[in-house]
Amino acid sequence: MLEKTNVKVLDKVVVRFSGDSGDGMQLAGNIFTNVSAGVGNQVSTFPDYPAEIRAPQGSLSGVSGFQVSVGMSVYTPGDACDVLIAMNPAALKQNVKFLKPGGVIIVDIDSFKEADLRKAKFETNEPFAELNIKGQVVEVPVTSMTKAALADSGLDNKSVLKCRNIFALGLVCWLFDRPIESALRHLKAKFARKPAIFEANSKVIEAGYNYGHNIHASVSTYRIESDEPTPGVYTDINGNTATAWGLIMASQKAGLPLFLGSYPITPATDILHELAKRKDLGVKAVQMEDEIAGVCSAIGASFAGNLAVTSTSGPGLALKSEGIGLAVMAELPLVVIDVQRGGPSTGLPTKTEQTDLFQALYGRNGESPLAVVAAATPTDCFTMAFEAARIALEHTTPVILLTDAFIGNGSSAWRIPEDSEFPTIHPRHASAEQIAANGYHPYDRDPETLARLMAVPGTEGGQHRLGGLEKDYTTGAISNDPANHEKMVQTRREKIARIARDIPAVEVLGNAEADTLLVGWGGTYGHIRAAVDQLNADGTPVAMAHFRYINPLPANALDVLRSYKRVIVAELNTGMFADFLQSKLAGKEVLRINKIQGQPFNVGEIVDKVKEFTQQS
Amino acid sequence: MDNQQYTPASYKSDQAVRWCPGCGDHAILNTLHKAMATLGIPPHQTAVISGIGCSSRLPYYMNTYGFHTIHGRAAAIATGFKVANPQMTVWQISGDGDGLAIGGNHFIHAVRRNIDINILLFNNKIYGLTKGQYSPTSARGFVSKSSPYGTTEDPFIPAELVFGARGTFFARSIDVELATSQEVMVAAAKHHGAAVCEILQNCVIFNNGIHNPITDREVRADRTIHLRHGEKMLFGKDLNRGLVQDGFGLKAVTIGEDGYTIDDVLVHDAHCQSNFLHQQLAMMDGETLPLAVGVIRDVDAPAYDTAVEQQVAEVRARKNFQSLREMILAGETWTVE
Repeated sequence: MLEKTNVKVLDKVVVRFSGDSGDGMQLAGNIFTNVSAGVGNQVSTFPDYPAEIRAPQGSLSGVSGFQVSVGMSVYTPGDACDVLIAMNPAALKQNVKFLKPGGVIIVDIDSFKEADLRKAKFETNEPFAELNIKGQVVEVPVTSMTKAALADSGLDNKSVLKCRNIFALGLVCWLFDRPIESALRHLKAKFARKPAIFEANSKVIEAGYNYGHNIHASVSTYRIESDEPTPGVYTDINGNTATAWGLIMASQKAGLPLFLGSYPITPATDILHELAKRKDLGVKAVQMEDEIAGVCSAIGASFAGNLAVTSTSGPGLALKSEGIGLAVMAELPLVVIDVQRGGPSTGLPTKTEQTDLFQALYGRNGESPLAVVAAATPTDCFTMAFEAARIALEHTTPVILLTDAFIGNGSSAWRIPEDSEFPTIHPRHASAEQIAANGYHPYDRDPETLARLMAVPGTEGGQHRLGGLEKDYTTGAISNDPANHEKMVQTRREKIARIARDIPAVEVLGNAEADTLLVGWGGTYGHIRAAVDQLNADGTPVAMAHFRYINPLPANALDVLRSYKRVIVAELNTGMFADFLQSKLAGKEVLRINKIQGQPFNVGEIVDKVKEFTQQS
Repeated sequence: MDNQQYTPASYKSDQAVRWCPGCGDHAILNTLHKAMATLGIPPHQTAVISGIGCSSRLPYYMNTYGFHTIHGRAAAIATGFKVANPQMTVWQISGDGDGLAIGGNHFIHAVRRNIDINILLFNNKIYGLTKGQYSPTSARGFVSKSSPYGTTEDPFIPAELVFGARGTFFARSIDVELATSQEVMVAAAKHHGAAVCEILQNCVIFNNGIHNPITDREVRADRTIHLRHGEKMLFGKDLNRGLVQDGFGLKAVTIGEDGYTIDDVLVHDAHCQSNFLHQQLAMMDGETLPLAVGVIRDVDAPAYDTAVEQQVAEVRARKNFQSLREMILAGETWTVE
């Protein structure tokens, strides 16, 4: 049937769903994502929602958006969308800026009445003219069609209106040639306990799909190409779930129980939610009374011999600082996850930034070094959570894992790894036999890594006392000796530095022969990678180095950086990683691309700025 | 578990004790060693976790697993420890500043959650380690370095916080009453849940004699009452005084006077689920009514750590995933050939 319509074949396409925060745009977007991943597309999503749970209906502040890119070589959710779905005038007004020139807008024309326009602060009754929209606007009577489809359902009006999002989803499924059966499976899982709602939604999604089919003469239809992915079993995963699962993998590989002490905070709470569910794998996730208790309970669990984790966002990391300092001093393994959001203070709770880097590196009293790692993509959260746990356990140190709202909430298709793809983790736990043979000293160190030896409480003969007071290098008793303090400070510092021997080298991507090296870290990988591909395709040769290990840096990092004429660091802050690198690169200027808007980079803006730099000299 | 016999010395570390000579902490430490020997739980299955302050130095003097942590956070750290390793017997050592000021939030939540830890709250009504500031248990008008004209605020009464947080165990002792201290420590350890023992402790340097109006030898028998479950609430040097119910409150009477006989005297029931009378007893301040020592409340309720273990076992019995991969594969997936 699609052959009869005007079918465009595309590498990738970007769709943005927008509506009231109660309109179910996140659900519609998520199902579209899962269905697309199921047909073999790469996917990348960007939920863009307000901090308020339910702002006044129809108001500009209450608009919730969900952008997804599907197709081949998808690294980002896209700078702008090909198709914008706007469920009301406020959604249109807030989101039209994300539409590509020539993109298609689908609106629920039933919700463009005069009162709706006033709520969205339109001055005229011609919203499309007022916004100067020149592209194709498809006016769909979503509300009335949904009501008609459910006329005999017996559902009350409120429940009927809640199905509007699924009508829009049906229409989009038709538009992009997505199998409706797959969408139905997702709906069935979502509404497993509400069969009447599932029935209603399955009628509505078909109605939306059929509506699209019946009006196809006026809309372009798309067919999206797929890459050839690695064979295996796949699932759709967002960064926060991937983080939770990476920790579980680490606990299995270390042979230790997993403990999470946490406190709800946007945008990190989904890690707590997921691990709370995973009692089915023996995980103990404890919601404590505050952020401080979150980290402190984890410190207690670490001393008790578990793989111990606390999860938070920037304001929570600030509260945890003193506890993290204790873990530095007591040399206890601890994973601290910071899903970064806009700051300072409460800042932009639902928006993304990379502004906690200095807090992670330096935000404690005293000489207090620890390891800092960062995840590059939603699926990389799995790997880096595993790595954070591995480093913590094998090097007896707290490790801060930096992710962010963009990759934490964003999702991608993910090949479920075999257990054999991850190494065994060796916690530094002394056995009862070792203790019986050699005695036990809490600061006995591995001569290679300087990691100390732990005795898990319950082990006979391993009794010892830890604490925040400085300890004697040899005996572990309290010590005020000046020389000993300096020795301990240097030892703790050297222990962190030696982690560099135990992490992978930084890779150079893009055109390694170029003069220009574009550097990033953490969750900006997708945008920088897409920019590098575009620059090289456009004739501006650029190499790329993306850092996931921040402290210590990979052993080859400074050599790589020094080998390029021009080093440009792109990051979502005023230049923290650039400053960090600059402090290690005397005599070499580190150039910067910065954005602090609570939004991810656009690929286009990175491309433009790199071109400016390369044209200057 | 272990047939070995333990003595107080089994729980003593080799570290020199550094509290001031005459400090009440010495007596409490020695009593704790004795209580642990009485309990017979091996040192390697015992953990002592403290915050910051004079009393919080105590773990260094124990031959158990120990952790001297940060100010106010001992309850949170002990909670995580106990959930992670429920086989261990866990003691938390805090002072009135550590436990009720900076750590007040963790204290009430540990009590509310009923985590199975034994909290020894050393109450000397002063900050000693910082050299003499008023604490949250100092009386209104108390003069200290940080309140040179007297405080303008009312204190916490620790028992009231425990009852407000719906605590399942509250006991009280005095540093110099070694036998009572040992009795309440042993009872706390046997209690399954959060067990708070307030121990009135004398700071010989910055607040010497603060408890004297109650604890002086001459007055102690008349100003304190030792409560024991199942026994008549009697006090006085000759045990001829008793507590009787008086409307909604309590009254101290002398047996044989005003028509009161021994039959009128209340019998202590520490195991009564209602905390109404327990609270009345715990709030007696030694002025009109004698200050209560001994185990005031000790009732059964689900302990948090046990409940977590049980829930894990129940969920695992239902779902029975052997690995992360198995759990993921049970969800929505697709295969690429």
